[in-house]
Amino acid sequence: MAQQDLKPSINSFSFPKTLKLKTKQQELLIRVATLALIYVLAFITRLFSVLRYESMIHEFDPYFNYRTTLFLTRNGFAEFWNWFDSESWYPLGRIIGGTLYPGLMLTAAAIHSLLRFLRLFVHIREVCVLTAPFFASNTTLVAYFFAKEVWDSGAGIVAAALIAICPGYISRSVAGSYDNEGVAIFALLLTFYLFVKAVNTGSLAWALGSAFGYFYMVSAWGGYVFIINLVPLYVLVLLVTGRYSLRLYVAYNCMYVLGMLLAMQIRFVGFQHVQSGEHMAAMGVFFLLQVFFFLDWVRHLLSDTKLFQSFLKITVTSAVTVGAVALGVGMASGYISPWTGRFYSLLDPTYAKDHIPIIASVSEHQPTAWSSFMFDFHILLFLFPAGLYFCFKRLSDATIFLVMYGLTSMYFAGVMVRLILVATPAMCLISAIAVSATIKNLTRVVRAKSPAVQSGSTKGTSTAKSSSKGVIDNSQPFQRNGAIVLLLGAFYLLSRYAIHCTWVTSEAYSSPSIVLAARGAHGQRVIFDDYREAYYWLRQNTPQDAKVMSWWDYGYQITAMGNRTVIVDNNTWNNTHIATVGRAMSSYEDEAYEIMRSLDVDYVLVVFGGVTGYSSDDINKFLWMVRIGGGVFPVIKEPDYLVNGEYRVDKGAAPKMLNCLMYKLSYYRFGELTTEYGKPPGYDRARGVEIGNKDIKLEYLEEAFTTQNWIVRIYKVKPPKNRW
Amino acid sequence: MSKLIFIFLFLAFIPLLCTSFTPERPSDRRVLVLLDDFAVKSSHSLFFNSLKSRGFDLHFHLADDPKIALQRYGQYLYDALILFSPTVERFGGSVDAAAILDFVDSGHDLIVAADTNASDLIREIATECGVDFDEDPAAMVVDHSGYAASATEGDHTLIASDDFIKSDVILGSKKIEAPILFQGIGHSLNPTNRLVLKALSASPSAFSANPKSKLTSPPSLTGSSISLVSVIQARNNARILVSGSLSMFSNRFFRSGVQKAGSPTKHEKSGNEQFFTELSKWVFHERGHLKALQLQHHKVGESSEPSIYRINDDLEFSVEIFEWSGTSWEPYVADDVQVQFYMMSPYVLKTLSTNGKGRYFTSFKVPDVYGVFQFKVEYEKLGYTSLSLSKQIPVRPFRHNEYERFIPAAYPYYGAAFSMMAGFFVFTAVHLYNK
Repeated sequence: MAQQDLKPSINSFSFPKTLKLKTKQQELLIRVATLALIYVLAFITRLFSVLRYESMIHEFDPYFNYRTTLFLTRNGFAEFWNWFDSESWYPLGRIIGGTLYPGLMLTAAAIHSLLRFLRLFVHIREVCVLTAPFFASNTTLVAYFFAKEVWDSGAGIVAAALIAICPGYISRSVAGSYDNEGVAIFALLLTFYLFVKAVNTGSLAWALGSAFGYFYMVSAWGGYVFIINLVPLYVLVLLVTGRYSLRLYVAYNCMYVLGMLLAMQIRFVGFQHVQSGEHMAAMGVFFLLQVFFFLDWVRHLLSDTKLFQSFLKITVTSAVTVGAVALGVGMASGYISPWTGRFYSLLDPTYAKDHIPIIASVSEHQPTAWSSFMFDFHILLFLFPAGLYFCFKRLSDATIFLVMYGLTSMYFAGVMVRLILVATPAMCLISAIAVSATIKNLTRVVRAKSPAVQSGSTKGTSTAKSSSKGVIDNSQPFQRNGAIVLLLGAFYLLSRYAIHCTWVTSEAYSSPSIVLAARGAHGQRVIFDDYREAYYWLRQNTPQDAKVMSWWDYGYQITAMGNRTVIVDNNTWNNTHIATVGRAMSSYEDEAYEIMRSLDVDYVLVVFGGVTGYSSDDINKFLWMVRIGGGVFPVIKEPDYLVNGEYRVDKGAAPKMLNCLMYKLSYYRFGELTTEYGKPPGYDRARGVEIGNKDIKLEYLEEAFTTQNWIVRIYKVKPPKNRW
Repeated sequence: MSKLIFIFLFLAFIPLLCTSFTPERPSDRRVLVLLDDFAVKSSHSLFFNSLKSRGFDLHFHLADDPKIALQRYGQYLYDALILFSPTVERFGGSVDAAAILDFVDSGHDLIVAADTNASDLIREIATECGVDFDEDPAAMVVDHSGYAASATEGDHTLIASDDFIKSDVILGSKKIEAPILFQGIGHSLNPTNRLVLKALSASPSAFSANPKSKLTSPPSLTGSSISLVSVIQARNNARILVSGSLSMFSNRFFRSGVQKAGSPTKHEKSGNEQFFTELSKWVFHERGHLKALQLQHHKVGESSEPSIYRINDDLEFSVEIFEWSGTSWEPYVADDVQVQFYMMSPYVLKTLSTNGKGRYFTSFKVPDVYGVFQFKVEYEKLGYTSLSLSKQIPVRPFRHNEYERFIPAAYPYYGAAFSMMAGFFVFTAVHLYNK
């Protein structure tokens, strides 16, 4: 929507009156036109999901974001800021305003009100659906300027083109994926770009811009911690390598101090910048910079180098001591909080698995497999080292930043699947340098000895068409032909990349995951819309104040679509509460009934894939419920649910497994059903076994609703027995 | 024109028609009595007449009458059921044990009289209510020290018991002087059932056995764990009376005199009549029925009910409780009604004070914890219907503009900020113009 307003303005700006153009103008025209095309491309390639399915919100977290945005547009900012939500985390409730990053919702609401101001009356849902693609388009512009700042405008164009279609980014920014990351990557790259610009120019204005970029990032996503640690690390590296300059001093101080003050305005972040262990590195580097500046000044005053050396020793020692003591006292007194589990699990990938099952249970927190690197990056994976080579060859403050960003984010991408997203811009930028530099070198070889047929074609144009037009020259045939072959190879690779990206986008990343699609027996598409069926059933058929218990994955969707109170949801802030639900799910029915009564539960919702073969259902998640429940309540023991360390649901399953609440609710009446021709009744297609307990009787619950394909099953908790 | 008048009259009478079916009268009206044979109707006429005289509409049927039905078109035809048919194996019509239990579970009352040789059907109904009769069908309660002296036979199965439940609400305020005559099967109460109570229990020397045969093994039921008459108030306030003897209700037992063995006093008349009259008043909700109305809460100084409270708000809470006297609703007066402000556990527990006119009230401060709370009144008192009221209310934390703005502890920081600004200004001026 909004990009259509921007696009003509860029085009009209560059349309000349006459056809005769100077080379510079030609180059500008091509560059701007290319960028405009990339801008549009980045937007439309993310619309597959809307075309395939419909304009709707995807996945889990986006439903919360959508619900809060809806609240924001209806009730205004003050209400949103002070919103106490009594519909989630029953009976504890959740202070929404103080526990979210409001950047995304405010952005969408601002776009919405801008459109309304322009008399374009669209529903807020459409704005939410298209926010991520819109920001992805903006990211391509930032990538262009960033690469231009680091390398040259040719690399900028390539970077913009690469990032526009890179699957690693598309996975979180297709239309409908209304999540924090959608705007956060834009903010992240903008902050980095403005900071590099500030370091290069030493200008207060750019540093101020960077601070505001940081503020936007903090307001949008918890990943801002990456910035507040990478930037000081970068400054430290520059200090160590002797690249300290006044430009750096100005850029970092302005960015850090203002960025910190601005970030404190976000309620969810609050005083973390001065109180949390994760932010201490930035503060340490801030003080270190002051010491450096001071030493520089002293050296300027003292002409005696020997005197300065001893002064340096004393100053550095005392500064480090004071810093260490301050940190130690802060930690010991509890003023500075230690690192959080999430942060630890980034540094040590095995930490979460041993200590925090609730983090380890999320699939996107798993270590990344090699295949997903290949899937998400394709050729960038081997262009990346080449780009690093070029960066090292032309080392500057800016390329050092890019190299550090690339290397650290690659490490984090290896630790957690979801952090591939953070690495994607770095991959694209560095690869763009490789592509641009290589092609530029090759074209130079190709046209080196050729007479100037095209008068004065500048070296800045690295686009394909203009470069391959050289006239054959016989002086260096081998080199020339080799260069041509290499060029063709490069274009072949890039075209493969484009094909791969389009294929991945349309096949893998455009599924809303709330509507499932499968191939039928005759190759036709079968749509399973069970989730929405169940949530609308809840909305229509249950009392307004009914409380629904489910595993936390479905909490946001139930509150957003079913409009009912949930016990736990995807904001996993209270481990005990989640463990209580896990305990209820893994207990026998009578014990679970006591727990459900104490939580005033009216309905229980489980997700079951045994009929359709949908594998991410609650039975497959069940061991995590046991682990999380057992982490708080030791009566739940994981070995009780396993047989010889093996998790199974057939006849050989553990007796506790066959009679726990989750098993009963998933497989109730399933024993009567024939799911597949030639298999016995009660054949579970998701796990490929015949279930072990076909005769399930429910005593304290009764089936209320089961969707068409049995994916969602809802049970009603019976009132206590009348005569007992 | 006459049509119009008719319609007008009809409309005018609609309110009247409606009030005649009002649920505001908790006492039962229509009672179905199922008998083994119609002789019981005359042999137990004193009991039935006392019910009739209190306004009950009794419908007598044989238990195996194929025409009996408890409900028609989903509506129950009766408000209460009396089963004086201890030997019936199958009810007539569509009635079975499950139908009778459903009848109770939808809020209707039940009186069951068993006897020796009680049928499995009657035993099943009793078991579902938490009462287990002695499994030996020929067993009777025998008491060699607490038997009724007037009894002619020597097997001491006619016993005189005066071990009543201690509740004025159930048995009436007038003390029952004479012992109760009992001859029949004993039962025990299921220990897992919290709702069943012994209205009349046997003496410590009683036991349950077949008096005609010799005792070969120790009796399974002994002493005061034997209940002779039990009452149950279900969670939906339906009331059930289970008796181990049908003859207790008979005219013969109502009229006969009684002298407990070893006791010098001889009573002209047994306590049975008074006992069952009072007990039937309780079972049929003529006594001990409470209702709560107007659960209200609001902030101190306001009158409308808010949709959400803030932590540390002061609030006032009130509820009205009335008791059914058999003919009208009277204010209920007690000093032990409590309200809880509850979120997983009670944060506030307050005893309500009353104005004697049915209104109970208190005021308290909302705790310093946010969340979804409930006002809960859980009033369970022996003999009274249980009151269970709850009303959900969220409690939110302070809004951003509800904190105190200028706190004294912050003045050093204000001072620091402003002195910094002034200092910067002065420094700039000096630095720029003092070269």
